[in-house]
Amino acid sequence: MHLAYPAVLSALLFCTGVYGVLARRNAILVLMSVELMLNAVNLNLVAFDVWLSRTAEETLHSGQALTLFTVAIAAAEIGIGLAIVLAVYRNRGTSHIDKLRDTAEGHGPDDTDPSLPDSDALAAEQAEKAEAST
Amino acid sequence: MTTTTLAALVPVLPFLGANAGLLLGRTAPGFVRPLAVLPTLTSLVLAVLVAVRQGGDAAVDAATELTPTGSVPIELALHIDGFAALVAVLVGVVASCVQIYSVGYLRDDPRYPSYAALVSLFTSAMLLVVYSGDLIVLLVGWEVMGICSYFLVGHYWETPEARAASIKAFLVTKLGDVPFLIGLFALAGDTGSFEITKILDAVAHDGLDHPTLIALLLLAGVAGKSAQFPLHTWLPDAMAGPTPVSALIHAATMVAAGVYFIARLLPVFAASAAAMVVLAAMAAITMAGSGLAALAQDDIKRVLAYSTIGQLGYMTGALAVADRGAAVFHLLSHGAFKALLFLAAGVIIHAAGTNSLAAMSRMGHLRDRVPDAYWTMTVALLALAAIPPFSGFFSKESVLGAAEHVSTGHTEHAPAAAGWLVLLAGLLTALLTAAYAARLWLLAFRGRGADAPDHGRQPLTMTVVLWVLAVPSLAMGGLAYRLLPDWFDGRDLAPTLTTSVLGTGLALIGGIVTYAAWRHTTAHAARVPLGAVAAHPEGGASLVEAEAVAGHEPAYGDIAGAADPADPSRLLLGPLHHPAAAGFHLDAVYRVLFVRPVQAAASLVQFLDREVVDTYVRAAGTLPRWLGTAVRRAQTGNVQTYVSALLAGTVVLAVAAVLVASGA
Repeated sequence: MHLAYPAVLSALLFCTGVYGVLARRNAILVLMSVELMLNAVNLNLVAFDVWLSRTAEETLHSGQALTLFTVAIAAAEIGIGLAIVLAVYRNRGTSHIDKLRDTAEGHGPDDTDPSLPDSDALAAEQAEKAEAST
Repeated sequence: MTTTTLAALVPVLPFLGANAGLLLGRTAPGFVRPLAVLPTLTSLVLAVLVAVRQGGDAAVDAATELTPTGSVPIELALHIDGFAALVAVLVGVVASCVQIYSVGYLRDDPRYPSYAALVSLFTSAMLLVVYSGDLIVLLVGWEVMGICSYFLVGHYWETPEARAASIKAFLVTKLGDVPFLIGLFALAGDTGSFEITKILDAVAHDGLDHPTLIALLLLAGVAGKSAQFPLHTWLPDAMAGPTPVSALIHAATMVAAGVYFIARLLPVFAASAAAMVVLAAMAAITMAGSGLAALAQDDIKRVLAYSTIGQLGYMTGALAVADRGAAVFHLLSHGAFKALLFLAAGVIIHAAGTNSLAAMSRMGHLRDRVPDAYWTMTVALLALAAIPPFSGFFSKESVLGAAEHVSTGHTEHAPAAAGWLVLLAGLLTALLTAAYAARLWLLAFRGRGADAPDHGRQPLTMTVVLWVLAVPSLAMGGLAYRLLPDWFDGRDLAPTLTTSVLGTGLALIGGIVTYAAWRHTTAHAARVPLGAVAAHPEGGASLVEAEAVAGHEPAYGDIAGAADPADPSRLLLGPLHHPAAAGFHLDAVYRVLFVRPVQAAASLVQFLDREVVDTYVRAAGTLPRWLGTAVRRAQTGNVQTYVSALLAGTVVLAVAAVLVASGA
């Protein structure tokens, strides 16, 4: 079998995964897309390993061995990922990535008003006062 | 031991005592009192030994160079002539008396250990100044005295008066010390040495290149240290310190350092006639002005402070007529009786619970409460007023005699104008001195009204010292005036008939006029009740004094004067009374001339820093801040956006890498 078939297939799979990671709303679907990308890489590893081992006199099949590692790590990763998604869902009642924006600018309890220009200078002055008083 | 070793030990012992006192003050409080008193007493004994061995003969000189300095050498040098030997004995006597007195006076004071150590350090510095034969080593002692004075005047730092007074004393003396330092360098530049003997040799043989400049620069430092016009204003305010400190620093030693310095380097000053006339004018203004101011003061210690300034004026007057024997003679006798006056005033303030003469004049039987202070203070006041046969008479007459000698043109050392200035101002001051001495005595001891509070006997350490000091105040002048010329330059110090009659007559007139005025005004005293006493009159002497110092301004409206119509000085001075009580408003002049410009300059600098420099800094920060704001907008919180940007960046980088690799 020509190398082009698995390579094209894995490229398609990877693009699907990228699309899913970038475009899906649901966190579980994003995780599934990540799995698609990983498996696209796995497919590449196996295909190229077979292609290389044809010409080599002796080979360790390191590509296939690496694939086994990737599968094991992906299993662990998806376990942790799903646990996090579950915890988020229990806390927030949603698993939509669009709505999980806690790290946005201007969000959160300890953030000062960004329209105030001197907020940095004020903080510096307070730090100086604290130093002087100690 | 050789005389040199003994003399070296004299300043070293109090220095070691001070260090030990500072180190052991907290850990071993039992050692503090012996460590304060014993080194000072020992160095007094050694100073007496040195004086006996020196005996007024040729000066003892010893020098050792610690390290080469490259240009003019600086040596640890001793130069002990008759002046140095006797002044060191005076310093030892007064310092020992003050240390013993302080044991009783600051008995309950929590800061006694540091106080005693600083007094020891101060004594050591003064002895260093007295013995040193090298001007830079002398300057070290000179400046150590300045800083010790700062700490000791501020001993009651809980009161705002003491804080202000200590800073004022430090700054005003420093104002003189800067020209003084420049003058020392100029002197060394002209003569090529810091050593006193070599300088005097050089002046005698070659003369100086810039005699007037050097003499005037050195005079500035002397005026600051010896509280001469126009740098005298710190001394009356320094009375906010404890009384023993006033006795030690502001009567007998530190202020004497300036006079002693001129006496040592008199040929340098005498090389310039202009400097001598300036010195005479300074002395004359100081004498007359301080006499008037002393007459109007209400605080007993401020009276004595102004009196010190006036007596120092006599000494600088004697130096202006080139008679250093008379100057140091007056320094010795004045050191004894002024220390006694201050220490007795401390006893009186403790007994009366106030430092205000107006309040004391409304207390009956104050003299029965403190008989030791009454009798010794009477002796000291008679010495101050120069009534024969007390010691002040002989020393003051030697000054007036020297001035009269010069004014009649018998000498080529000093200009006759200086002689006339000193003589006339001296005679006027004799009148004023007797007047304020009489006023002080009458108001303090002849008061009428409710009996003074009774706190029992004063501590023995405080009263014995008074009698010890009363002996030289009473007898030293009469015994010493024949012996002292052997120790000094050999010039006759015996009183001459004309000045004795004139001086004593004026002093008697001053005393009698004051008595008459007091008889006239004292009837008002009962009508105007005055008199605030310390809140804790049963407390220790230092506590009472601190409260009296802090309470004078709220009780009487002014730190110097009191609105008391029964004060004889109001009758004597008339319209001059108010300016005299305020020290002729010299402080206000200084406020306008120096304090305000400095404050204005400080606010200008503050404006430049806050408004100008900071504006540039803030403007420089604007662009980064705008950029930051723009970049912050990209932070939406949506992880997918971030990953998209990451992907786009990766693609761009990959394309670029491929293009570069393919050489396109």
